[in-house]
Amino acid sequence: MSALLSLKGVSTFYGPIQALRNVDVEVNEGEIVTLIGANGAGKSTLMMTICGNPRAREGSIVYDGTEITQMPTHLIMRANIAHAPEGRRIFARMSVYENLLMGAHGRAQAEVADTMEQVYALFPLLKDRRSQRGGTLSGGEQQMLAIGRALMSRPRLLMLDEPSLGLAPLIVRQIFGAIRELNRTTGLTVLLVEQNAFQALRMAHRAYVLVNGAITMAGTGAELLARPEIKAAYLEGGH
Amino acid sequence: MTMLRDALLSALVALGLFGVMIGLKTDPGPTSLVLTWRPEAVAIAVVVVFFGRLALLSWRASRPAVAKGPGQVAAVMRKAGKYLAPVLLVLTATMPFYAGRYYLDLGILVLTYVMLGWGLNIVVGLAGLLDLGYVAFYAVGAYSFALFATEYGLGFWTCLPLGGLFAATFGVLLGFPVLRLRGDYLAIVTLAFGEIVRVVILNWVSLTGGPNGISGIPRPTFFGLTFSAAGGEGSFADFFGIEPDISQRVIFLFYVIFGLALLTNWVSLRLRNLPLGRAWEALREDEVACRSLGINVTITKLTAFGIGAMFAGFAGAFFATRQAFISPESFTFIESAIVLAIVVLGGLGSQLGVAMAAAVMIGGAELLRGIVIAGVDLVEYRMLFFGLALVLVMVLRPRGLVSGRTPSVSLGKAREIPAEMVAEGRG
Repeated sequence: MSALLSLKGVSTFYGPIQALRNVDVEVNEGEIVTLIGANGAGKSTLMMTICGNPRAREGSIVYDGTEITQMPTHLIMRANIAHAPEGRRIFARMSVYENLLMGAHGRAQAEVADTMEQVYALFPLLKDRRSQRGGTLSGGEQQMLAIGRALMSRPRLLMLDEPSLGLAPLIVRQIFGAIRELNRTTGLTVLLVEQNAFQALRMAHRAYVLVNGAITMAGTGAELLARPEIKAAYLEGGH
Repeated sequence: MTMLRDALLSALVALGLFGVMIGLKTDPGPTSLVLTWRPEAVAIAVVVVFFGRLALLSWRASRPAVAKGPGQVAAVMRKAGKYLAPVLLVLTATMPFYAGRYYLDLGILVLTYVMLGWGLNIVVGLAGLLDLGYVAFYAVGAYSFALFATEYGLGFWTCLPLGGLFAATFGVLLGFPVLRLRGDYLAIVTLAFGEIVRVVILNWVSLTGGPNGISGIPRPTFFGLTFSAAGGEGSFADFFGIEPDISQRVIFLFYVIFGLALLTNWVSLRLRNLPLGRAWEALREDEVACRSLGINVTITKLTAFGIGAMFAGFAGAFFATRQAFISPESFTFIESAIVLAIVVLGGLGSQLGVAMAAAVMIGGAELLRGIVIAGVDLVEYRMLFFGLALVLVMVLRPRGLVSGRTPSVSLGKAREIPAEMVAEGRG
């Protein structure tokens, strides 16, 4: 297996504050890779760094054989990478349909209709609500819209930042189910950042643990789930 | 009780403000200005504020929490809008046939502001970039038109696009430094930009004539035919074999600005359905999400500034040719404020609302002229009405006259979501 995305020795700074320390992460084609860690560990920063906003100060990020470390954000996002940012960030005053169209920004119209049908098939709810404004959807629906919007660019790599944020367990299971389904049927590669460690580790092929901006542990999802220190730190009172 | 306290507090604030602003009047004395103290005027103002506040509060308290079902107001407005827009369009298009010279002139003025409002609507309403210096582009358009026309003798139809082009360039120039700014910070910088442009025009005497302005700007021609009052060779009247009349030019100018305004409207409606227009709206909603979706935020912002500025430039060029004289006095901050007020009153992003707001604010204010009550011309109080209108609209319809918008693209029947149901405070 060749790595679709690989980060080598990546360090990111916010001004004088170092948010990522020498991070090595690999995501292989067709994998679900989960990144867990406490608040402020640098999970979202890692994802944003891959997007080039902020850019990594040290190290290199290679996607599909291309060095993307210094590329401008919008070009990285056009290279078959999709990112559903933390907190959903859907366009509240635009309709569901328009939100999805924004995800297909810059693509030919003919293909877009096809992709949209696939997204509707994955989340039938969105089809019923397509002419409703994004802001009027419930939290779970908004998260589905955010994922659907990201999928509209037909990505090879889908990066999800805390899709379970603020959602009821039932909805979380539904959304995770959809992600797993996508991965199984289309071979979509997924990089998932989660606080909800138990479910995230269960569905992950491999996982990384991020502490204070550095990777402290790596392994398969099952391996990490079995580790006592993981249980103590991230799974206490878990679902 | 709380109402009374609130009203007293308002009265106190009014006392503080009006005590100086109304209470002290300066009169020219023999050697210097003499201060006259007018306690009775302050007392009247404070009493008006006190009872006004009390009335407003008790009216609000008596109003049931949900007066009408959500969407009912929007539905009425939409239905009205469906018929109102074509009716207004026909009324405006046929105006030269029934309106006199004075009303035509007023119509031209209103249409200029309608056009400015629609242009600014692209920047503020669609892209969500609060621009307080819109008048700068109006000025750039007017001055580049005037300079090209007087210095190089270029005709109206050559100078008009040049005016738009220059304004658009300035729009992009302003766009660069403010790329990272949003909201209040953006507003401050654009405000400063507007002032800088005006001050530069005022002081660059060798180019712009400074405070003296530029006069003798040529009037527009109709395919090379002039509208001179004397008639004669090559004039419009001579060519068509009719009596020369000054109103022919007014009618022509009216149709020029009508066409320009319609062009602005058409372009902004059209853009809305294109990826660029949708990107503007998405940018207004959430910049981070836009980046995540591979939208080039830089280009998107710059085009919004550039296209918005271009229409201000067209309007400025038209203003220059209509007045035949321009000076920095026409491009003060109050112009930006008026245009922004039109856009906000009309409802951000609503084309019909902006047109109605412009008609009411500009036309309505002018119609006050000549109405004399108790020895004062009401037009002197137009700023008071202006403020009153703003307050009323913000209390009654906080999102503008025509708020809520139908999705620009939809499958099947487009359903409008009333503005009340969408979270506030974004963009």
